[in-house]
Amino acid sequence: MNNLSVDHLTGIKDLTRQDIELIFKTADSFKEVINRPIKKVPSLRDITIANIFFENSTRTRLSFELAEKRLSADTVNFSAASSSVKKGETLIDTVNNILAMKVDMVVMRHPNPGAALFLSKKVKARVINAGDGTHEHPTQALLDAFSIRERLGSVEGKKVVIVGDILHSRVALSNIYCLQKLGAEVMVCGPTTLIPKYIGDLGVKVSHNLREALEWCDVANMLRIQLERQDIKYFPSLREYTMLFGLNKEILDGLSKEIIVMHPGPINRGVEISSDVADSKQSIILDQVENGVAVRMAVIYLLASKIER
Amino acid sequence: MEKQVILNPTHLDLTLKRLSHELIESHNDFSDTVLVGLQPRGIHVVTRLKSYLESILGKEVQCGNLDITFYRDDFRRREKPMIPSITNIDFSIENKRVILVDDVLYTGRTIRSGLDALLTFGRPSKVELLVLIDRRYSRDLPIQADYIGKTVDTLISERVSVEWKETEGEDKVVLFTKESNE
Repeated sequence: MNNLSVDHLTGIKDLTRQDIELIFKTADSFKEVINRPIKKVPSLRDITIANIFFENSTRTRLSFELAEKRLSADTVNFSAASSSVKKGETLIDTVNNILAMKVDMVVMRHPNPGAALFLSKKVKARVINAGDGTHEHPTQALLDAFSIRERLGSVEGKKVVIVGDILHSRVALSNIYCLQKLGAEVMVCGPTTLIPKYIGDLGVKVSHNLREALEWCDVANMLRIQLERQDIKYFPSLREYTMLFGLNKEILDGLSKEIIVMHPGPINRGVEISSDVADSKQSIILDQVENGVAVRMAVIYLLASKIER
Repeated sequence: MEKQVILNPTHLDLTLKRLSHELIESHNDFSDTVLVGLQPRGIHVVTRLKSYLESILGKEVQCGNLDITFYRDDFRRREKPMIPSITNIDFSIENKRVILVDDVLYTGRTIRSGLDALLTFGRPSKVELLVLIDRRYSRDLPIQADYIGKTVDTLISERVSVEWKETEGEDKVVLFTKESNE
């Protein structure tokens, strides 16, 4: 097994466990590469990649761009704010115009769920989903699982709790798929209003008590409260949310075992996670960012090998 | 496939010993020389050379493994992507004399990639090439070895395989020839 079963990365749901393990094995090598004095390999020097972002992003976009450059690919960046999308062009037209300039791969973030899948069916390029609305964010889930594997040796059999706004979180959904495929147990924890009613159908446990959830888990992934996606009030106040679901040093130290704390960023310090926890030894937040580049290099490398010459 | 053993365990052992002595001849006490084996098969040659060199010199010889997958010139020309092996060079090669080591020298393309990969770790003062088997007259690139275990003349249809006790059960070098009626 040394080829991905998919031609595009639109979601973790379509990947097999072998695919994920292949990505991790390749990412191990890239992690070594990006720690060399010269952090660059020439593999993709004849490939051009367009990064198309219809939604704001700092970390993901930077991480993808670095990954592409370290593989020696040519990159073009495009953000909706400064483009013809504002003039009424459709998604397919926009992308086809970019592809007419001989682009081989598209990395896209879009506010609509399913946008990446739709695009992958309509255009002649490899598509990587960098987040589609509240649906999936596959590379984030891959780097999260990769970071757990790095710290704990494996993902199999580990217990992971995802805390926060599960309803609006593409990170949560992709993480659930990814962790379950790798044999981990997943629990979601948050206010009842922010947990989808049928989440149990995915085979995850549900808890509304942070302390109880943390006592159960090996790893806690703290999500950001995405106020920009909340059209109505889901909880009375941020202060109340923090009191019930915010992770602070006192709770962390009160647990019977040492757990690992993750956060996909951007952090709202003092809301879902306190500063001293975010900067503590148990936090692997910055490892996640470093691993993001290696994992994205692996995904791009493996998909690029499928581009016809 | 017809099989012909071109180096049996005794001869392979002798060859490795001779190569070790040749290396010492030009590198003295190995104070600024390091061995770098190319993944996946060159590392076995390094393991043997290291143990001979260390028993002769009575000191440690620095050795590393180098994977060249991402530097190959046939990316996207194969059915499947190559899966990388581990690179492990935990010392500086800056101003060192580096001996690249591989088992078989054939087209020279692997060595070309190896040179590219090696230079991302720094600027060595000198790079030399040691191969156990040199398949003569089959080069695609102008690359020659400085130390050669054995030179063989082969056809393109033939295949040379270096086998090791650790992986195949016995130390030997085998030449596979396609039968003429195939």
